Formats: sequence, structure tokens, C-alpha cells
Amino acid sequence: MSKVKHTKSNPRDVNRRQFLASSAKAGCVMGLVGLGITATATQSRQLDSLAIRPPGALGEDDFLSACVRCGLCVEACPYDTLKLARWFDGAATGTPYFTARNIPCEMCEDIPCVKVCPSGSLDHGLEKIEEAKMGIAVLIDEKNCLNFKGLRCDVCYRVCPLIDDAITLERQHNQRSDHHAMFLPTVNSDTCTGCGKCEHVCVLEESAIRILPAHIALGKTAEHDTYINTEETTLEMLNKGLSL
Amino acid sequence: MNDSSKAGFAQAAIDELGWWRAHKFLFLRRASQLSVLTLFAIGPWFGLWILKGNLSSSELLGTVPLSDPLVTLQVLMTGHIPELTLILGALFITVFYVIAGGRVFCSWVCPVNLVTDSASWLRRKMNLPRLGEMPRNLRYYLLGLVIVLPLLTGITVWEWVNPVPILYRAVLFGAGSGLWILLAIFLLDLFISERGWCGHLCPTGAMFALFGKLSPVKVSAVNAKACDNCMDCFDVCPERQVLKPALKGKQMMITDSDCTQCGRCIDVCAQRVFQYQNRIALKAENNQ
Repeated sequence: MSKVKHTKSNPRDVNRRQFLASSAKAGCVMGLVGLGITATATQSRQLDSLAIRPPGALGEDDFLSACVRCGLCVEACPYDTLKLARWFDGAATGTPYFTARNIPCEMCEDIPCVKVCPSGSLDHGLEKIEEAKMGIAVLIDEKNCLNFKGLRCDVCYRVCPLIDDAITLERQHNQRSDHHAMFLPTVNSDTCTGCGKCEHVCVLEESAIRILPAHIALGKTAEHDTYINTEETTLEMLNKGLSL
Repeated sequence: MNDSSKAGFAQAAIDELGWWRAHKFLFLRRASQLSVLTLFAIGPWFGLWILKGNLSSSELLGTVPLSDPLVTLQVLMTGHIPELTLILGALFITVFYVIAGGRVFCSWVCPVNLVTDSASWLRRKMNLPRLGEMPRNLRYYLLGLVIVLPLLTGITVWEWVNPVPILYRAVLFGAGSGLWILLAIFLLDLFISERGWCGHLCPTGAMFALFGKLSPVKVSAVNAKACDNCMDCFDVCPERQVLKPALKGKQMMITDSDCTQCGRCIDVCAQRVFQYQNRIALKAENNQ
């Protein structure tokens, strides 16, 4: 009997039928495991739309290909802005993010978080922090914003590192009192870096201005639209008209 | 089994050699595992930066990059071309473990070893029965899967659940909510399959086993004739199938790359059957 057992357990004696059967079994198990972890991975990516990636981060899909979740960027950040996402946190587990309302990005000139990234998931091509696109500030609630009520809060405008560029105050007639002005904080999405200082300082209990990832904050003109640059198109039409 | 196991595990070795020598490599191993973790942890905890990052990728003294070859390979499989530092770091680690002995990572560095060893220790204490074993080559299938999935999905899927960085992140960055995976591994090892994770499934271990095939450092049953079949080494070995060929076969060297080189068999043997040996030096000696 011991002899039978021995020959059975000797891997060199595996016949074709056993080989096919065990391969099929292993194939099924691995297929299921693969589906399971892929489902976990894809389900949990970017659930939290207020989780903002560090400066220079690639687009979410490319970022998730590249990031090795080593935490070097988190350790390099001198302001404890960056956190590594935990399970059930929303952002993909182990990847860096920050919540602007808690600690915004201080926009260090030498961008230490990008420099230290070994995988290039934070693009080393980003050399000027003013060109970062961590997200876009959006004045999301005009009803509760104090400036829209005719007050001069202006806190988000004043704290903006790119004051009068990324956030401007647009003067408008106050129709409620009819002889006052309203100064409406207005974000220029071309220059806003998404550092989140405006969201951080908003005096309301829930911020009226919020940093959203660019893919949520920005609309997109269709490729076939002739009015992509209205100003230029109008000028061109006028000039053509004049030259005729 | 026999008298020694009734008197308590490895009692013969403790009586013969004293407590310290019967636990020497176990102690050194714990010291090694904890000091690697400590070197990482004193950075974020106290601002002493010797090792920055974690086992996935790190920087030694602010200059030498080190990175997990499996993570690096996953990134490459997604089609992303990483910075050179990541690839260099993976090469350094690969060369180191090819020389140092492959799965020496599992027993001397990996923090999950603490989980699997404590489950195994509890198993011995509680005399839990061995249930049906999973096939040991499952880990190679899983390794293949981990490498192929990024190609299909474009994301480094495995890193969502990889228990090694999860434990490191919990300690270094306070990200404790992934620890349920380690609890699951503990329960798997304790109640379902002995050494289920480290001995049968872990793809990182499988990768290091492949590296270890070339390694010069091996455990060898230099004194196999003295073996009195007490079975203590079989009880404690995380990969006990590697012992038999060395003890009863023609060659004394444990050449199976599944061996984690933990040295526990050296510790628990009252007859001093096992020793660490340098395969290449030994060969040179024999050729003379």
C-alpha cells in the first residue's frame, strides 16, 4: 500500500489525465481569484470625489497603473498634507491624496513630493508648482456664500496664492438693496492649481467653495464645435467680412 | 509521536543546548524583522530618516533606491514606464536576494512571517489537526496571475490586497483598516490550512523562491547520520517537504528553493543535524 501511495505522490508519475484535471482546477481557481481582486480594485477606485491627488498626478487611470503606494510623497510633504488612503477611505487603498478642507497644499516651490516619487505617477515634468492641476476650485453654493449675500467676506479670494488670477472678485449690482455692489468670487479654471486653500479657509460650516477633480469640475466642448474659441472665430469672421 | 514531543516541543534541544542556543535563529530572525520595520518607522515617528517609504519602494539614507521587484514588474505590465529609480531599486533588491538566498526575505524581513509563525505556534499549542493541504504550487499560479492582471486591467490590481505593504502602511502611516486581511491570513493559517498563506499562496514568496534557486546560501543536514527521528524539525519547519530529501536522500544540502532559510530546524535539533552552508565554497572544497 505504501508503494501505491508513493507512486501516486511522485510528481514525475503524473499522467496526462491528472495533469489536465489539475491544470483545469488551478485555472478555475485562479480565474475566480483574479475576478475577485479585479472587482475589489475597480469597485474601490475614486469613490471619494473630494479626495484630491498630489501635484503632478497623472490622470486617475494612469495614476493607478503607476503608483506603487510607497508613501515617499507623504513623507516628503513638509505640511502633513498628504495621506495614504486606507481601506474603505474612498480613494484606492495605499495611494496618496489630500482633503483640502482639512489641510490644503502649500504649493512648495521645489515640489518635494513630486521629486521623490520613484514611479513617475507624479509627473517629474512638473517644474513650476503654479502649473499644477490638482483639481479645480468651484464655488459650489451661491446661496450660502456670504459674498453672494452682499457681504464682503472675500476670505477665499484673499488667501488664494494666485490672488487676482485664479480667483477674482467680479463686481455686480446688488439688486436686493439696489444701491450696493456684490463682489462675486470667480474661479479662473485655466490658472487654478487646486491647492485648496480657498476651501480650507471658507468661514461657513460647510465650505461654499470646493476643490473638485478636473474631470468632475470641467465641461468639455465637442471636437466638432466651431465655436471652441468664440473670440477668435468672431474676429476671423469679421476680418473676412472686412477684406471682402 | 515520541517522548520529547510529549514533554514539550523541542524539549530535547533545550535540555541539551540550553534555552538560548535552542532559540538562537528564531531570536535573530525576530530581531531582523523588527529592526527593518523600526528603521522605516523611526522616520515618520521621530524624524530619523534612515529608510524612507516602505517595502514597496524606499530610499536608503536619501540616496540608494530600493523597490519590490514584483511591484515594479506589475507597473511595467500596465504599460507605464516608471522613473529609472524604481527599476534600479528593483534590480538592487533582486541581486541582493539572489545572493542572500531568495526566501530569506520571507523569514528574515517579511512582517507577515510574524502572523504565520504565531498561527503555527498556536496550532502546536492547541494540538489542532492538520486538514487537507492545498497544493504548494498554487503560489506560482497566483504569481502568474498577479503579473498578467495589470496587462488585462491596466492597474496594479494585486496592490489592493497585498498583505505585506498593508501591514507596513498600518505601522508607518496609521492606515490600520486593511489589517482585516492579516486577520484573515491568521485565521486561515490557524483553522483551515497550516501555513496556508506563506507556504502555499503568497506570490511575493513565490518570486523570492525563484530568485533563491541560484543562491549560494543553503541549510544543510551536515550531520544527517545523527538524526534520531524525533520529528521536531518537521513539526516546526514552514516547508517541511524540503527536509526529507536532505535527511534521507543522497545530498545533504536543502536545495529546494521553497526553504525559507529560517534556521528553525538548526535551533530545535538536539543532535545538531543542520547547519548553514555556503554551497559555492563547499563545491570548491570538494573539487580540491
